[in-house]
Amino acid sequence: MRFQLTDDQRALRAGVREVLARRFGPDALRAAVARPGLDRELWRALGEAGFFALRLPEARGGVGLGLPEAVLAFEEAGRASLPGPLLGTHLAAGTVPGAAEGETVVAVVDGALVEWWDEADVVVGEGGAGAVPMRSVDPLTPLRRVPDAVACTADPVAVLLTAAEQLGTATRACELAVGHARTREQFGRPIGAFQAVQHLCADLLVRTEVARSAVYAASVTGDAADAAAARVLADEAAAQGARDCLQVFGGMGFTWEAEVHLLLKRAWVRARRSGGAEQSEELLARALLSGTD
Amino acid sequence: MDLAYTPEEEEFRARLRAWLTRTLPLLPPKPSPDDWPARRAYDLGWQRRLYDAGYAHVHWDASPTVRLIFLEETERAGAPYVGANFVGLLHAGPTIAAEGTPAQRERWLEPILKGEEVWCQGFSEPDAGSDLASLRTRARRDGDVYRVTGSKIWTSHAEVADWCELLVRTDPDAPRHQGITWLAMPMDAPGVTVRPLRTLAGSAEFAEVFLDDVPVPVANRVGAENDGWRVTMVTLSFERGTAFAGEVVACRRVLAELAREAHGNGRWDDPALRRRLGRLEAEFRALWRLVQWNVGEATENGVPGAGGSVFKLRYSHARQQLYDATADVLGDAALDLDRPWVLERLSSLSYTIAAGTSQIQRTIVAQRVLGLPKGR
Ligand SMILES: Cc1cc2nc3c(=O)[nH]c(=O)nc-3n(C[C@H](O)[C@H](O)[C@H](O)COP(=O)(O)OP(=O)(O)OC[C@H]3O[C@@H](n4cnc5c(N)ncnc54)[C@H](O)[C@@H]3O)c2cc1C
Repeated sequence: MRFQLTDDQRALRAGVREVLARRFGPDALRAAVARPGLDRELWRALGEAGFFALRLPEARGGVGLGLPEAVLAFEEAGRASLPGPLLGTHLAAGTVPGAAEGETVVAVVDGALVEWWDEADVVVGEGGAGAVPMRSVDPLTPLRRVPDAVACTADPVAVLLTAAEQLGTATRACELAVGHARTREQFGRPIGAFQAVQHLCADLLVRTEVARSAVYAASVTGDAADAAAARVLADEAAAQGARDCLQVFGGMGFTWEAEVHLLLKRAWVRARRSGGAEQSEELLARALLSGTD
Repeated sequence: MDLAYTPEEEEFRARLRAWLTRTLPLLPPKPSPDDWPARRAYDLGWQRRLYDAGYAHVHWDASPTVRLIFLEETERAGAPYVGANFVGLLHAGPTIAAEGTPAQRERWLEPILKGEEVWCQGFSEPDAGSDLASLRTRARRDGDVYRVTGSKIWTSHAEVADWCELLVRTDPDAPRHQGITWLAMPMDAPGVTVRPLRTLAGSAEFAEVFLDDVPVPVANRVGAENDGWRVTMVTLSFERGTAFAGEVVACRRVLAELAREAHGNGRWDDPALRRRLGRLEAEFRALWRLVQWNVGEATENGVPGAGGSVFKLRYSHARQQLYDATADVLGDAALDLDRPWVLERLSSLSYTIAAGTSQIQRTIVAQRVLGLPKGR
């Protein structure tokens, strides 16, 4: 057992991080808020980098990697707050023509919600046509509501990749909070020297690392209950992490200009995906009774 | 990332499992939690069996993964935990192995492994808990003995211990961390008085230890005089490694039993309770993965790393949440001390205090892991 990233996995993560830093850094994130809409050029660049075709076999033109690598890529996307129907397009690679290359943007009807319906070239799932636009809480995720939607059992891969994105948000929230705590001074010293602030930061890290072990392990086992556990913890790490980060930023955290609110709002949107924590918790409760591991 | 075990590791697991199946039925019945002499005999007997079967060294020399398998399998089989051997096996032994002289290793290590001698930990004092470096128990050099005077508190199983890993102040004028020395004190030395303390669970888990001019041979000093703080840090790094791995397995078993109990008594129909149990299942699955992650890190870097504090913080809280959930499942029966889980619910309250409180752990994480500036 060597439950640590391999050198190849570290390199892949660094590569995705680098591409995203170059193409979608914090300034680009703010610019995207000012001018919402899907950046098709970036989408194609992601396609070229193999983001959507990551798990497609090489014989079918894909990269031929597995769930652990996809999880690392989605974590980085989450860390950069990358907007767009990443999950829908990734899952459609190999079935919807052009999805793998980033030429076709694919949205998914997920329960009662559709993300990015207006910008998508293809919408997978029923009821999308009748979906009603709503004013989305997240400025970077347009949403539509599906009337009379029927609940369905979530795909464990969608659950896990959502958890991976949430893990990225949690990681980012922790980095931002710690960075701010080191530099912002009050009472003549960095606020990070105050225990109340230190303990907020410590809790941010603990939630993130617990979620990380769960997400990575689920990517190795591919087990539905492991994916459910990962999502429950990653939802918490992202949403509570963004809140704590906001607290560490003080008044600045409450502004539109700071990045923090975008982390929180995205975490809320993702928390509604794939049956939400509710479905995951019910699945885990059933697993407890059936005695499966 | 790899969660599969090697064939050698799987072979170890299979051998251990077979041995546990043969051996556990031979164990005497578990003694009452209040009967310390019986508990001592039981725990030492178990350690002796481990020694005879070649498993006694596992906490010290085995690879982190093999130790993990050992803790997982023994807990899964319902084998006894280290119990009274906790300090000897997980603290004092590793410390002496790392810092002791050949003569000291010879004198103390084998009896710990063979289940012949029990150790306790005399670190905390009434005025030195979280702030351990403020300890005041004084040791004065007098020929080839130290004369020790002061008092220790919360000393677990002091009543039945043969030896105490004792922190004393040998230089009162030195800066706080620099005047401390690590001694092995025989508990039957003249001047040692043990007064058991009752815990909130009603049992006598720990004690106050009074030291009145106790002679401790200079030869029992591990490490240099006034170098005890560094030696202690070596000790504490062992405490946080995989020490809790078996407990996570135990918590997962309790949670499954709890779900079955709720299913049997009808409370399972309450979706809020189901979701609460489901969330706890997520929690303990993740904690088990965190243990495996830390083991992977320890294998790679040779040290347990900072993951120990992260784990300790989350686990101690999760354990309390688990036993709080038993109250929702049991209803009024949660007030009956004779029902299962009620005593454990009470003892779970110590987890956020013992071995460094959660507040202290958070400060460690903030300063040592995240690199935030030292406060005042
Ligand atoms: C069941 C049990 C078994 C134990 N066994 C042993 C043993 O075998 N040997 C041994 O030596 N010790 C043992 N201990 C002692 C244990 O290590 C101490 O209780 C613990 O370190 C806390 O010290 P204290 O009790 O003096 O509390 P205090 O240090 O007085 O703390 C009281 C409160 O103040 C908080 N606090 C203190 N300082 C700070 C700070 N700097 N920042 C923020 N908050 C702070 C604490 O978090 C806590 O909430 C045991 C304790 C328990 C409960």
